[in-house]
Amino acid sequence: MAATPDTLRDPAPVRWGLRGLVVGYVVLLVAWPTALVFKNAFSDGVGAFLDTFSDPEVSHAIALTATITVWAVLINLVFGVVISMLLVRYEFPGKRLLSVLIDVPLSISPVVVGLALMLVYNGRNGWFGPSLQDAGVQIIFSTPGMVMATVFVALPLVIREVVPVLQEIGDDQEQAARSLGANGPQTFWRITLPAIKWAIVYGVVLAIARSLGEFGAVKIVSGNIVGQSQTATLSVEQEYQNFNQHAAFSVAAVLALAAMLCLVVVAILRPKEEQA
Amino acid sequence: MSIKVSGVTRRFGDFVALDDVSVDLPTGQLTALLGPSGGGKSTLLRIIAGLESADAGTVEIEGVEATHLPPQKRNVGFVFQHYAAFKHMTVAKNVAFGLEIRKRDKADIKDKVAELLDLVHLSQFGDRLPAQLSGGQRQRMALARALAVEPSVLLLDEPFGALDAKVRKELRDWLRRLHDEVPVTTVFVTHDQEEALEVADEIVVINEGRVEQVGTPDELYDAPANDFVMSFLGPVTSLRGQLYRPHDIEVFDHPRIAGAVPAVIDRQLRVGFEVRLTLELLDDPGHEPLTVTVTRATQRHLGLREGLEVWLAPTHGAPAVPTLPRSVELVG
Repeated sequence: MAATPDTLRDPAPVRWGLRGLVVGYVVLLVAWPTALVFKNAFSDGVGAFLDTFSDPEVSHAIALTATITVWAVLINLVFGVVISMLLVRYEFPGKRLLSVLIDVPLSISPVVVGLALMLVYNGRNGWFGPSLQDAGVQIIFSTPGMVMATVFVALPLVIREVVPVLQEIGDDQEQAARSLGANGPQTFWRITLPAIKWAIVYGVVLAIARSLGEFGAVKIVSGNIVGQSQTATLSVEQEYQNFNQHAAFSVAAVLALAAMLCLVVVAILRPKEEQA
Repeated sequence: MSIKVSGVTRRFGDFVALDDVSVDLPTGQLTALLGPSGGGKSTLLRIIAGLESADAGTVEIEGVEATHLPPQKRNVGFVFQHYAAFKHMTVAKNVAFGLEIRKRDKADIKDKVAELLDLVHLSQFGDRLPAQLSGGQRQRMALARALAVEPSVLLLDEPFGALDAKVRKELRDWLRRLHDEVPVTTVFVTHDQEEALEVADEIVVINEGRVEQVGTPDELYDAPANDFVMSFLGPVTSLRGQLYRPHDIEVFDHPRIAGAVPAVIDRQLRVGFEVRLTLELLDDPGHEPLTVTVTRATQRHLGLREGLEVWLAPTHGAPAVPTLPRSVELVG
């Protein structure tokens, strides 16, 4: 790229002014508040920070968040790839509707998602709840309900990463594989999957970050029972409200760290994707 | 017959891509499906490969009823216009794909791949990724990949369409030689009449979903079935209700030829060794202008120049078809 000619550039004060504005905006809104969380978490030293996690309630909450995240991400991974293939490679009635429905979780508040699941699955007067409870399956106030809520809110993330890549690569390679004797599963594993793997990885990382941080929907369906159905985000809220601010900041720091780690992984992976 | 297509019809919504097409493609030959874009030739090829389904009609490959067979069971090799290279695999892996799917012995696969890469002159590129090859090299790789499974028919969909003119011509000659070496029944789609005339043993002209004519390049050129085939295969000009090739009309400086018609040279354009004349008929001012090509020698010999009065007559035995409107022809 040739350097932009001076005549086409904005004058120096404008350029520096714009840069200052953007940097200031990001610092005030994102960087500084997040940094303060870490500062408070470590204000009494690393020992005090680690002490927070010896509390069985806190460690249980973090373990529960991890469990829910693993299940929610696995489910979203499998269904996300299947739905993406359906949306891009097949024609069927109601395809547009399905495509719109997939974006619903992006626009609906998670609290509404929680309430909606409550209406369908609660054990007293939900649509399925009583019959499921009779069969010994409890959804609401237990892990399955929380996984469902998390799957719901993170649903579009894998799909919205994979669909454009599938559209871009087209189906030429898949057709070539078919004409060379590969059946459907062989074509998927050998041709389609390698072509979309970075999109899947990116979608999964986003889904992990989203699942770790889910609060509203999980709060409604979990019942927020300490030591039982309380996730990490819920415990941050409770510790904060109980004036146990140091514990709140410590758990918050762990959540923030995990999410940042996800973004770092993505930042490292992105250039590889462009090379491929 | 290697491929027998009977009564195949294919519609896309209201658009009829193929209208009751029947055609037999002989074994071991190089056949071109020739026609204008959107005429249905690619659709026919994809139906033969099983990549597209027919609304009606049947396809038989090597005596096997294939109409409802999925593509992987038809044993056809298919080469796409845009190569369809497996981007994440090396050139050698691309070529080996069909053999690995068939679970051939590893050593056999290695030998076969080496042999095919040699055949398509890509031996030293086996470890590269397709993105590191030129367009022509990628298409040769795609050909080797299709040939690896020893298909009973090889189908090529505008195989040189995405290449520049020079590479296109090289690959065309190379395909012809390759076919003489490896005489697998080959069908290729093209909209370039020169490509079809130069490479094919047999040409099927397809237009608006119908087969216009089937024949050898010579048959098509010398005895076109109708005005469409005639004008699609090369330049034409009309003289009193008949279409002729511009080089099949002779120019005289005297009227002593039976049936010669008087005309005046309106314009002349010299292109290398040939001279293109545009003429008006003197006794029929409403007639559309004629185009006649003569050699530079003839032009000099007769002293042709703009405004000169000459006499025109088709050469003896020149191919000609009536310029009747097609709708009338179909009714009759």
